[in-house]
Amino acid sequence: MNSCLPRTLSGIVYTGVIVVLALMPVFVQLSGQIFYLDIFSRIMILAIAALSLNLLIGYGGMISLGHAAFLGIGAYCVGIPVYYEIYNGWIHLALAIVACGVFALVTGAISLRTKGVYFIMITLAFAQMVYFTFVSLEEYGGDDGLVIELRSEFGSWLDLEDNIALYYTIFGVLLLSLFFVHRLVHARFGRVILGSKFNERRMQSLGFETYRYRLVCYVISGIMCGIAGLFLGNFTSFISPEMMDWTRSGELIFMVILGGTGVLFGPVVGAGVFILLEVWLPQIITFINGLGLGAKLPHELWHLIFGVTLIAVVLFGRGGIHGLLTRKKRP
Amino acid sequence: MLDILNLEKQFGGIKAVDNVNLHVKEHEIHAIIGPNGAGKTTLISQVAGELMPDAGQIRFMGRDITFMRPAQRARKGLARSFQITSVMLPMTLLENVSMAVQSRKGHSFRFWHAAANDRELIDEAVMALDAVGLSNRANRVAKEVSHGEHRQLEIAMAIAMEPRLLLLDEPMAGMGQEESMELVAVLNEIKKHKTILLIEHDMDAVFSLADQISVLVYGKIIATGGKDEIRANPEVQQAYLGES
Amino acid sequence: MDWNLFVIQFINGLQLGILLFLLASGLTLIFGIMDFINLAHGSFYMVGAYFCATLTFLTGSFVLAALIAVGGVFIVGVIVETTIVKRLYRSDHLDQVLVTFGLILVFDTLVQMIWGPEGMVIPLPAVLDGQFEVGSMVFPSYRLLIIVSGLLVAAGLYVLVMKTRLGMLIRAGASNRDMVSALGVNINRLFMLVFALGAALAGLSGLLIAPITETNIGMGNGIIILAFVVIIIGGIGSIKGAFYAALIVGLIDTMGRSYLDSLLKLFMSVQNAETAAPAISAMLIYILMALILAVRPQGLFPPAGAA
Repeated sequence: MNSCLPRTLSGIVYTGVIVVLALMPVFVQLSGQIFYLDIFSRIMILAIAALSLNLLIGYGGMISLGHAAFLGIGAYCVGIPVYYEIYNGWIHLALAIVACGVFALVTGAISLRTKGVYFIMITLAFAQMVYFTFVSLEEYGGDDGLVIELRSEFGSWLDLEDNIALYYTIFGVLLLSLFFVHRLVHARFGRVILGSKFNERRMQSLGFETYRYRLVCYVISGIMCGIAGLFLGNFTSFISPEMMDWTRSGELIFMVILGGTGVLFGPVVGAGVFILLEVWLPQIITFINGLGLGAKLPHELWHLIFGVTLIAVVLFGRGGIHGLLTRKKRP
Repeated sequence: MLDILNLEKQFGGIKAVDNVNLHVKEHEIHAIIGPNGAGKTTLISQVAGELMPDAGQIRFMGRDITFMRPAQRARKGLARSFQITSVMLPMTLLENVSMAVQSRKGHSFRFWHAAANDRELIDEAVMALDAVGLSNRANRVAKEVSHGEHRQLEIAMAIAMEPRLLLLDEPMAGMGQEESMELVAVLNEIKKHKTILLIEHDMDAVFSLADQISVLVYGKIIATGGKDEIRANPEVQQAYLGES
Repeated sequence: MDWNLFVIQFINGLQLGILLFLLASGLTLIFGIMDFINLAHGSFYMVGAYFCATLTFLTGSFVLAALIAVGGVFIVGVIVETTIVKRLYRSDHLDQVLVTFGLILVFDTLVQMIWGPEGMVIPLPAVLDGQFEVGSMVFPSYRLLIIVSGLLVAAGLYVLVMKTRLGMLIRAGASNRDMVSALGVNINRLFMLVFALGAALAGLSGLLIAPITETNIGMGNGIIILAFVVIIIGGIGSIKGAFYAALIVGLIDTMGRSYLDSLLKLFMSVQNAETAAPAISAMLIYILMALILAVRPQGLFPPAGAA
């Protein structure tokens, strides 16, 4: 336990993922597959978002189906200032933290009063409210979205216009987020969050005001996701309400489940597998069609495979990928 | 220490708690006995704050706590154990008890230091586990230990809160003869420096532990007094002989 | 004020409310009785519309097509329930969310593979496709048809739930599942029936709107959120709550979009009003939901027995 080297299979895989992420730009430079720099930037951004959602779902037992709203708000906290020619990244960051924090505080205060299905649907409804609000804001492009002309400027030492610099910035934020969540869930605060997931009534009878702790957890999670949104806006250079559509929230949940709920590293793996499937499945279909086997597979087929995978993971694959990696061999 | 004044609770047309008055003095074990359906659990739920009374008042340490939330009461020094074991099943016994210690160490908005290595929590949690004889099982997951050990864990969590008043809701429920005897010994130890409101079915346990006994029948207290008084009370005899 | 416009907006609001009720009534029953959260309920709405479109072309009659389509969606509901949903009644809500989310992907893709990415227009018979005049007022016929048929279905549902044995079981099931199984009823059959009935109602809702909006992939994914808002406001498991909440949401949403800017102009400059009105009207029903929840966390009409 005290060794710095990973002993378990899951530990080895997760260390491997970090190493791969750290070396990806080198690989891209050598192979010329620029494409993958984009894909892995995207994976890491969504990993941060999924990490924040895992804090709610995996550790807190709060199933939010509206998390993409924070991603969107974070992105608009870059888009709208840039529209007014305010490029200072620190201002963007401060805006994202305040906007997401306030939104999480207000909507969390209302939704956390309810339980179960109500909570799921209310978080969903609030996210949809944000979605429609941005759709109706014609000034900022409404439905059509907003182009981000220039990326956030954090000072002369960091040029996010350089894709590799952006990549490593996101990588750094991901590592920080992982570390932060790790500390958080093992600290007293995390214990209370976890305890409230397992047995809220008991936690209250022990003297914990579970509502307050959950609300703070909700706010922390929302802010973290907003920061992911800030990078998503910078990365795509184009934002639209579509990125906070409720199906995006569903995808975030899928990433969390795919990696394994309540596992620190799960969301990173989940986001990676999700995005790579999204990229590779259409390529595979194109490839099979190219073989000339007669019948052409319809291109949309990959969506179908996606949906079926999702259903299968839930019905048959308990514990996600982490579950597979840590499953004990039966004697 | 705990004063229950004219407490009422009605479900539909049934008075589950009917004008109950009860006074628990410091350093005594006050037991509530009564046949099934007498309203014992309703009463303790109101004391713990999970049920709001329809009328009446609950005073604790001289303060009116009738409308406080359960968590507030717990922090004021009112700890309870549950009749049906209610713990954090996926956590270890040590973690469960540390939660109880943590709750009285001020707020838990502490985001950085690992609770698992926190001596402030662990040492006292181990002491509580020790007191009920569970220290050798500290690192077992609560889901995997026996029923008797769950009952002991309930007590350990309650005493780890270092409450002024312990509310024990049928701590012996479902226990064998031998386990009950052990638990009685544990409670006898605790009773030296704690006040306890005990709800219990096991008559032997009640008569060997309690200083004061109240008998609850159909939501009403029909008698309160010492062991001998209660034994000799004809109403009690009738209620009990009639029932069991 | 243009009173004819007002009446037409009012009718539009009612029509949205009725469609929402058709969607929400099934959803609320499925929640209330099976404790099952079905995100894919909107897919039945879409499937109903596509069935009806194809059948209208095949049979040449919209009304006939609509009737067959509702039956078709009922069968789809039975298939989905028996193959997948049935396994999830005892699972936690997270699993239900994920599986039904997966179902949405499956349905959207299947529809796209079968019918193609383009929307379909359902031609209405001439009788319905027009308007009629009463005095100086003009009413769109088809929207009135939606309202009337929706009200008839609502009445039918009321009779079914309040006056029949099946309805008695449904009501009992919504407040106490164990009791129904204790009565010796085949609970699996009851669940299947309720699920398929809910699906058929959603299909009806979708095929009724399709002649106005055309069919399109994912058409159910937007309106389903409104249906969620409706059942939250109405109280999960309550048909009555769903009915009132659907009408409230339909009317407030429609009237808000039409009249909020005129209202705001009374308080602020024309320019500000025109910027703020669309954003506020988009938020209106969610604000309403938040307010109702703040006062009544169980919704307006929580079913009896649900604590």
